Parts: sequence; structure tokens; C-alpha cells
Amino acid sequence: MTEESEAVLIYDISREGRRAYAQAPSESPSAESIPRRFRRQTPPQLPEVSELETVRHYTRLSQKNFAIDTHFYPLGSCTMKYNPRGANRLAMLPQFLERHPLAPDETGQGFLACIHELQQDLAVITGMQDVTLSVMAGAQGEFAGVAMIRAYHEARGDSERTEIIVPDAAHGTNPATATMCGYKVREIPTGSDGDVDMEAFKAAVGPQTAGIMLTNPSTVGVFERRIEEIAAIVHDAGGLLYYDGANLNAILGKARPGDMGFDVIHMNLHKTFSTPHGGGGPGAGAVGVSERLLPYLPIPRVTREGDRYRWLTETDCPQSIGRLCTFNGNSGVLLRAYAYVRMLGREGMPRVAEYSTLNANYLMKRLQEEGFTVAYPDRRASHEFIVSLKHEAKELGANVMDFAKRLLDLGYHAPTTYFPLLVPEALLIEPTETESKHELDGFVEAMVRIREEARENIDMVKGAPYRLPVRRLDDVKAARELDLRWQQAS
Amino acid sequence: MLDTIGVERIEDLFDEIPESLRNASIEAVAPGMTEMEVTRLMRGRAAQDEQPACFIGAGAYDHHVPAAVWELTTRGEFYSAYTPYQAEASQGTLQLIYEFQTMMSELTGLYAANASLYDGATALAEAVLMAVRANRKAKSKRVLMPRTVHPHYRRVVESIVANQGIELVEAPLDDTVGRIDPEALGRFEDEPFAAVVIPQPNFFGALEEVDRLTDWAHGLNALTIAVCNPVSLAVLTPPGEWGTKGADIACGEGQPLGIPLSSGGPYFGFMTTRKEHVRQLPGRIVGRTVDADGRTGYTLTLQAREQHIRRSKATSNICTNQGLMVTAATIHMALLGAEGLGRVAAVSHERTRELVQKLTAIDGVERLFDGPFFHEVPLRIPAPAEEVLPRLAEKGVLGGYNLTHDFPEWGPTLLVCATETRTSEEIERFARALEETVGQTGQRARA
Repeated sequence: MTEESEAVLIYDISREGRRAYAQAPSESPSAESIPRRFRRQTPPQLPEVSELETVRHYTRLSQKNFAIDTHFYPLGSCTMKYNPRGANRLAMLPQFLERHPLAPDETGQGFLACIHELQQDLAVITGMQDVTLSVMAGAQGEFAGVAMIRAYHEARGDSERTEIIVPDAAHGTNPATATMCGYKVREIPTGSDGDVDMEAFKAAVGPQTAGIMLTNPSTVGVFERRIEEIAAIVHDAGGLLYYDGANLNAILGKARPGDMGFDVIHMNLHKTFSTPHGGGGPGAGAVGVSERLLPYLPIPRVTREGDRYRWLTETDCPQSIGRLCTFNGNSGVLLRAYAYVRMLGREGMPRVAEYSTLNANYLMKRLQEEGFTVAYPDRRASHEFIVSLKHEAKELGANVMDFAKRLLDLGYHAPTTYFPLLVPEALLIEPTETESKHELDGFVEAMVRIREEARENIDMVKGAPYRLPVRRLDDVKAARELDLRWQQAS
Repeated sequence: MLDTIGVERIEDLFDEIPESLRNASIEAVAPGMTEMEVTRLMRGRAAQDEQPACFIGAGAYDHHVPAAVWELTTRGEFYSAYTPYQAEASQGTLQLIYEFQTMMSELTGLYAANASLYDGATALAEAVLMAVRANRKAKSKRVLMPRTVHPHYRRVVESIVANQGIELVEAPLDDTVGRIDPEALGRFEDEPFAAVVIPQPNFFGALEEVDRLTDWAHGLNALTIAVCNPVSLAVLTPPGEWGTKGADIACGEGQPLGIPLSSGGPYFGFMTTRKEHVRQLPGRIVGRTVDADGRTGYTLTLQAREQHIRRSKATSNICTNQGLMVTAATIHMALLGAEGLGRVAAVSHERTRELVQKLTAIDGVERLFDGPFFHEVPLRIPAPAEEVLPRLAEKGVLGGYNLTHDFPEWGPTLLVCATETRTSEEIERFARALEETVGQTGQRARA
């Protein structure tokens, strides 16, 4: 490691009095017309750096990241596919960037037309009645969905329903959301074939059931084959079905949640519709509903009246569960999704499902042939699948974390690790449709190589990574000796 | 590839989906376009949306964003990475968040920041939930929510906490000065509160008596939640220094820190708190640690609070946050520094003073309140706002936010704002346009 790759903070570069002169206003009025009792007496300690120092520092930081643009990034359940540059450029057209969210609808007819078309296209793609885009991310989409289920039951005077059913393989956001909406979580197990355990499921459904939250294909990477039966049972009991759209990429343009019997769904536009993940966000959690939940959709959403578009608000939707964000959602993300939908078109949608599924099944088969254990070998993979490294962990002492860290050395971002929890030593692998066969073959070679390395020198594998800006980090120290901000050396 | 898998056609890979479900009809979606075609389409759409000079604030502010901010932010290494779960392969994002946490801690005067929430309103909702968790000894789930908080924020908080047994109690405002009247709070002292929300500046741009309010809340054993504009904190007292003990939680809208207006998002919510409450913070937090060779590195920490570990017992259901916006805000704050950010705040304040002076020179236009303000002021106008605003727009001016919908008791009122990006010429244009408009509508009303 050279000294330059040490973690130099922007604060370490800072020198008193240094500034980026052209970037701030040239005037420097005093703020003395604000009474002294409201003013701070010492300025905040922000970096004092030039423009070049800033550019160089953050360029160097960026180079310490793995990203889709630099590496294969098969993070299961996250759909890390290529984010088209064209979508970014179009979402950043100056007129779109400069528009204030509370500017009159007349000044945003071009923008609103895009949003309205996106609402409509997403409704068609998912088989739902209508869609709102004013939801910030998947977890908030879940919140909106479960809150609507609650509003629906309450509007019918049906107040005895206290439980939401969630499979044990579900994303953590599902049970966390049900709790936020005031429901008890009833967890049901996954059967040995990867589908919901039907006996346990039937036993869990009853007059206390408000609804069920399902991901289909599920988080174990298989399509829930008895989904129509599940829907019928839940509906017969008076409950509703929530579709977690995290895995929509696997069936885009091929099968629709609305046809399966779901009443409400969220889509992660940052997954299926290829908007960037941005190092953690922003996402966008479009929410679609069937006819019976239509009155409860969160506001605002766009409507078209003749050739004019406008926002629907509280006044238009008195039964809405309300507003979930300050303005109207992550508009810039929505414009990127819009550009992507337009470029794909109706013929491109099923191709996404086909090639993401082809890549996943190919990669699963290749790894299986190389002797790795697949969690559900008798099933088709959806767009993702699980490899269990329990044998490698037991026989060679190389667990999922060791493989993950060594993969980084070999130039591959690790798949999702230790999720879902029900499969021991799970690697959840999602190659996506935008990767080539060459890239998938390289990943297989890397996995085989790591296993060989573990046989020959387990300590070497357990010490990985070696070629990254840092080696394995001490998480225990990070939590015990909390250091959450830079402090000036005294 | 098909041979390896052992199937003949790609279609065979979907044979586990019941046949009845394999007939997705998406004919209503238009055929695909090339990049050139979609560029033509969206440029055409954008061309419809040329924006007049904007004097609207109300929670989103038109500040200059240095060119370097988004040039760097949209680098593929930031843009197309995900949550830094693999810390060794994400040191760029992680260190940047650590720097961001430091900057937000400095602005708000509180130790611990998280790595962002969705926006200002959801940050307040999360702060309310957090305060109720952190203040169990209050044995109360009541939260005092003044009417001087942004109406959208209040509605979002209601939507989000509605099903958790939390009661939001509305505190009135003193409508001579447009802020919470500390004298009028006595009647709220009968029952305990878990928390008291204090906006600074408040929705009307007015400055609250934050020191007295904070001490009053602490006297009732309630936690205080500050809702702040981060740019204002370059000149205003940081929440950590309010009153004798300082506020407990600060949150707000991060948009003024380098994020374009873009019709409402993506922005980001920020939240900071005292060290003692850090385990109640929602969202991701980055900590500094060392690697196997003892070298400094950064990693996500205190993850046992989060949904992917704690599931139904998590502090929040948040997963995806607004990471890329935090990247932009960090670079923005680094470029401006305290001096630059202070100038942005002070010039915005000056421009708003100039604007108020010019507009209140017009017959029948006057300030609704007379207290101190930051960069936003409500003005009473002599004609209905819904008639005046479209006429102003025709003359190239977005003349503020119509307060009539949320505050009908005040009659025709506009909330106007000028940042450092508004020029004296634009302010003149606004004044001329308003004079002509209220003159005309005034004459019509008299005729």
C-alpha cells in the first residue's frame, strides 16, 4: 500500500482561510439584521479547501468503490444492472432540474406528461388498476401498501384483523413495515422445495388475518407455484395480498402480479427499471393497486384532464392514506425510469425477464457442475439463486464471508451474503440481464479458484482481501468504540 | 448457454409459472425507442417547461450549485454503487458518509448523524418515532406539534405515525409575529409529552424563541426535536446550543445543500442527535475503525438497530436511503465551506429584505407578521392569490406560495422567498408585475 491510498479526510487537507472563491457569492453582507440572540457565535467547522482539492479528493474517494460501472456486482435481491447513461442525461435537462415542486402545474406540463405515462405503463406492466409514484423507496411502498390494507378493513368496519402473514424468507423490511402499521407479524416457514409451506400457511390464515406480504419469485429465487391457491385462500378469509416487487425483474413482461391475485404492489424502480442505486439510494417505490384499494392510494398522483395534466391531492382523494413525502416523490428518479421504459418498450420488457433468467440458470448450472451446492437443485432459478457454502465451511473452513472477501480481490463484487437466513452459509446470486456469458464464466472460475486456494492455504483465504484499499475491518471495534465524526486533534 | 442448462428454448425456463399466468398482456406499452428518439421526446417535453424567476420557497430553495458537485456525484463509481455492505469495496462511499456525518454534526451542534432519510418531512416523522422510543420515562406518546411547522410535514407525520398510538397535539401560533407564543404554552403543561417539535426558521420564515422553548420542553421532561434549514445553520444558533441543555434531535430537509429543485426530488432528510441517543437513530450510520493491519477504515456500524437484522423490532423500516444526494451535499459543503455557506445564507437574507421592501411599497401589500425572519416572509395582498399568481406567471414571475389553502383565516396571503440566485432586476420585475396585477384586479373589484 502506498501512502496515497491511506484514508485522508477532506478535513486533513483543509487549511485555514483557503476557499473555492468562484463557487460562493462574491458579496459578504453581515447578517446583523438578524437579532444577535438567534445567531451562532462560532462558525461550523467545515473544510477549507480549493476547488481543485475538492475535485481531486472526491475523485480519489470514488476510485475506492466497486460499482456496476467498474465491476460485476451480482448482489442478490438488489438487481444491480447497468444504469443507462442516456436516462441520466435526460433526467438532468435544465428545465427539469430548475422547476420548483410547488410551481403551478402549467409550468410542468412536459414533466407531468412523463410522470402520467409512467404511471400508466407501470399499471399495465403489473396488471394493476392505477399507480402512484409519490413513494420514496421500496420500504415506503410497503408502508403505503399495508396502510392501505388497514384503511380498507377499517372502512368496512372490520376491526378484528390484527395480523400480517410474512414468510420467514422475506426481506427484513416486510416485518418492520407491518409493525410500523400497528400489526402483529405472523411468520410462516418455507417448505423444503422453496415454496411456502402450505400446511403452515393454511393454519395461519383466519379471521385475524389482515393480509399477507409475498415476494414472487421469492427471496429464495424460485417462483411460488401455488400463488393462485394462496390468493384464493387469503381472499376467502377476507384478507388482502401484498406483492413485494423486489424481484419483478424476473417476470417483467411475462407474468403480472395483478393476474396472480395481488391487491397492492410496490416496485423498486432502482431495481427493475434501472435507476441508479447511488451508493445507497435514492430509489423510488411506485405503488400499484387493484380496484378495491384505489380510493386509499397515497397522494399526490398525476391525472390527465383533456390535454392538461395536474396533481390529484387530498381534495380529490378524501379516503387516501395521505401524504408520505414532502412534495411528490423522487421526480428525478422517475424521469430516469421513464426514459428506461420508453427505450425498452413492450418488446424489450419480456427480454429483460428472459435474459436475466437465462443468465441466472446458466450461472447456477455452471456452479453446480463445478461441485457447489445449490439450495434448490430441483427448481428453475428465477433471476437469482442461492448457493450454500455449508460444505466448504465445514470441510475447508472457508465460510461465506471468506469467499465474499476473496471475490473482491479477484475483481468481483460479492453476492448477497447470509440472506435469506433459512439457508445455511447462503450466497444469493443475481447476475442480471446486462452481463455477458464471458463475465459469468469469469465468476465461476473465481469461485473455483477460491475453493482451491482454501484447500491449499486456508489462512490466506481467511485473510482476504489483500488488493483493496483496506483489509478486513474490525466491526466490533467500530461498534464498541463509536467514532462517528472527525475531531480536531487537540 | 441453453445447452449447459439443458433446455431448448428460453421459454422453457418459465415452465414453473402456471400457464394461466403466462399470458401477460402489455400491448398498451409503446414500442421501444433508440436513445436518439427518446432524447428527442424528452427534450421536447423539457422545452415545454421553461421556468420563470422563482420566488417560491416553502421547503425547497433555489440555490446555486457549483458545477463540480454533480460532475463528481454522477461519476459511475458513486452513481452505480449500492449500499456499502462490503466495506472493503466501498471505502469511497463510506468515508464520504463519515465526512458528511462530521459536517452535519458541525452544522447542528449534535454529535451523531445518520446517512440520510428520504426527505425533510419523513425525517421529522422518524424523529417523532425516535423521540417516543428514546423517552420511555415520559410515559407518554404525546408529541407537541406547532402550527408553525410546514403543513406538508405535519400531514406526513400524521400519515406515518397514525397507526402507532402517537398523539400529535397542535400548538397554536401567535399571529402577530408568526411564531409559537411561549407565553401561551402553559395550558399544555397538564399532561406529559414525550417530545416537543421546534422549527427554526419556521414554515413562515420567522425565527422562533428557540432558547425559551427548549428550556420549557426540558422542564416538562420532554425531548426537543429541532426542524432546521441546513443553510440557515451557517448563521443561526445550532440546535445543540439551544437553551441551557441544547435540543436532543435535529432534522430537516437537505435539499438546500447542493440538490437541484427538480420538481420535488430526489432530496434527502438529515438527522442528528446527542451521543446518548445514538442507538435510537433510524437509518445507516458509518463508524471509523481499523483493518487487520491496523490501518484506518470505515464501515457501517450499529446495524443491530436496522430492519435487515432486527426485522419487526427495528428502529425503522428504512433500507434504501438517499445516498447519492448525500454525496452531492458533502461535496457542496466542502466547496463552499463555512464562509461560503454563511455568504449564501446572508445574501439570501439580504435579497429577501430587498424583496419585502420593494413589494410592501405597493398599495395594499403588507407583511403579515412583524418579527425577525431568515429568507422567507408571508405578505398580505389585496386580491385573491389564486388570481394573482397566474398573472404573475404570465409576466415571468413565480410569485410565491399561496397560503390560503392551509391558512384561510388570513385572507389572500403569499409566502415569498428570495435566495442568492435572485437578482435585483428580477426583484424589480416581481414588484412591477405585482403592482400591475393587484392594480388591475383591485380596479375590477371596485368596478
